[in-house]
Amino acid sequence: MENHSLIQRLIARPEFGPFVLLVVEIAVFWSINPDFLSPQNISNTLAFTVELGLIALAMTLLMTSGEFDLSVGSLFGFSPVLMWTLFNAGVTSLEMGFVVALVVAALIGLVNGWFVTQLKIPSFLVTLGMLLVVRGSALFITDGFPQRTWSAEGSWLAEALVGDFFIGPFRIYMSLFWFIAAAIALGYVLTQSRTGNWIQAAGGNPNAARARGVNVNRVKVGLFVLSSVMASLAGVISSLRTSAANPNSGTGYELEVIAMVVIGGTALTGGRGTIIGTVLGILILRVMRNGIVLIGVPGLAYNIFIGAIILGMMALHSWLERRHQAGT
Amino acid sequence: MAEPLIRMQNIRKSYGRVQALVDANFHVNEREIVGLLGDNGAGKSTLIKVLSGAVPLTSGDIFIRGKKVTLRSTSDAIAHGIETIYQDSALVTQLSIARNLFLGREPIKPPRFLNRMDQEAMNNVARDLLKQVGISKNIPPTTPIGSLSGGERQAVAIARAMHFDSDLIILDEPTNNLGVAETQGVLSFVRNARDSGHSCIFIAHNIHHVFQVVDRIVVMRRGKVVADDIDPKTTTVTEVERIITGMSDKDIRDALADGKPAH
Repeated sequence: MENHSLIQRLIARPEFGPFVLLVVEIAVFWSINPDFLSPQNISNTLAFTVELGLIALAMTLLMTSGEFDLSVGSLFGFSPVLMWTLFNAGVTSLEMGFVVALVVAALIGLVNGWFVTQLKIPSFLVTLGMLLVVRGSALFITDGFPQRTWSAEGSWLAEALVGDFFIGPFRIYMSLFWFIAAAIALGYVLTQSRTGNWIQAAGGNPNAARARGVNVNRVKVGLFVLSSVMASLAGVISSLRTSAANPNSGTGYELEVIAMVVIGGTALTGGRGTIIGTVLGILILRVMRNGIVLIGVPGLAYNIFIGAIILGMMALHSWLERRHQAGT
Repeated sequence: MAEPLIRMQNIRKSYGRVQALVDANFHVNEREIVGLLGDNGAGKSTLIKVLSGAVPLTSGDIFIRGKKVTLRSTSDAIAHGIETIYQDSALVTQLSIARNLFLGREPIKPPRFLNRMDQEAMNNVARDLLKQVGISKNIPPTTPIGSLSGGERQAVAIARAMHFDSDLIILDEPTNNLGVAETQGVLSFVRNARDSGHSCIFIAHNIHHVFQVVDRIVVMRRGKVVADDIDPKTTTVTEVERIITGMSDKDIRDALADGKPAH
């Protein structure tokens, strides 16, 4: 009996659907092409997965509070460009350039949050505008050309963020640990901390939260800052790992990140969010992108599968939600 | 006579040229359930909004136990012990009962810098409160509000007001859209709240519900309090209805004395 209800509780969790999908995905790709689970392929897939994943983790909290951020992809491109430009021009050390890039990102998040909470403009419009401003700035300061990035070798910053080592046949980047740490920290904040209760209340019923003395605006502004800083950090990590700083990089990432978050079971309308779900959502989309190529489906068909996954998972989540509301 | 818990004196509220409240006088005593009645547009909701800090008054004074207060916001009012429960709007449906009860006042487990909610303590208090307010069903405190019935939601909101020592609980249409059994439940929650030392203002369109639970009835018409000491034990529903619509002889005389034509 006890076991029965445990299984029922597991199935009722919003993360259960994404988990099954991920397992099925891996099983299918692996059965068609065993190379899919080769150490090299796993290492390669993980390296980029965690970079997008860092953004998705922050986006999960922001979306739980009822807002979202379309400017993350442009920050992903802008921040490394800013860091390398400062460094190449001899204005700052690489480390100082990194700090400046993060501070600028935090300010951008602050502006996003201010427009949304003080001027009451929907986050869709505010962050769409910010996307254009930030992307435009990246293109303007570089004249559209990639920045020189060959001199990061040996810097402690590069070692700390993307230093790599082998565990058996697996090549692991330090960024994986940053991702795991961020997932644990933000999962804790969302589910265990008092702040997490406020984030969910801010998204679920902001007026009720305000009436109880919760500073909804401050919660939202803080999450916009977090989202921008994480996007900036992810951009710098990616740039250091690939030795590239292209002002166009990160284009379209905002939608992929939002897709990861909603596939995992976080509500687009706010009030409900899950970090575990997002981690599953991140893996689902990255495994799909990688697996499709490995089993010989043309990469151009990728979006068809992603779109189908989003629609399918949304249908599942909405069905579970209705069942839940009905009290079964 | 002892100073009442709440006294509102000469309250005026205008929205542009529209006078929603015209020198309204209103009071609530300690441990008293007051039924606030009036037709649509009589000024009930405006009076309640002023008292709950949701809208600022144009002129007039509010006293709590004889002390003059200024209520700038709903959280200001809550800090003064005035809690308003609007149906459905006071709770976050996605959060559990316990998390709603403690929203904004979550107990923290040491060490404090971890900012970790003491969920066990929250659940324990929630369980006791649900019992105290009179929910007979055994509902786990981790149940999300979204899966509760309308009456149970009212109970949670009332329980929260009781726990955080609100002196005055304002219930705006608490029995709307509820079935017979649920309505009786909510009425008994309100009585329990009074018996444990809280005062209530009870607003409902259904006069019969008001009669079942209140100690005193106050009637508003055209932005004024036209009767404030109706005893539900000695007055009939029909009589009160006549006061609400303003058709009794006495009220016609009152209206004429104010220089306004009766309708």
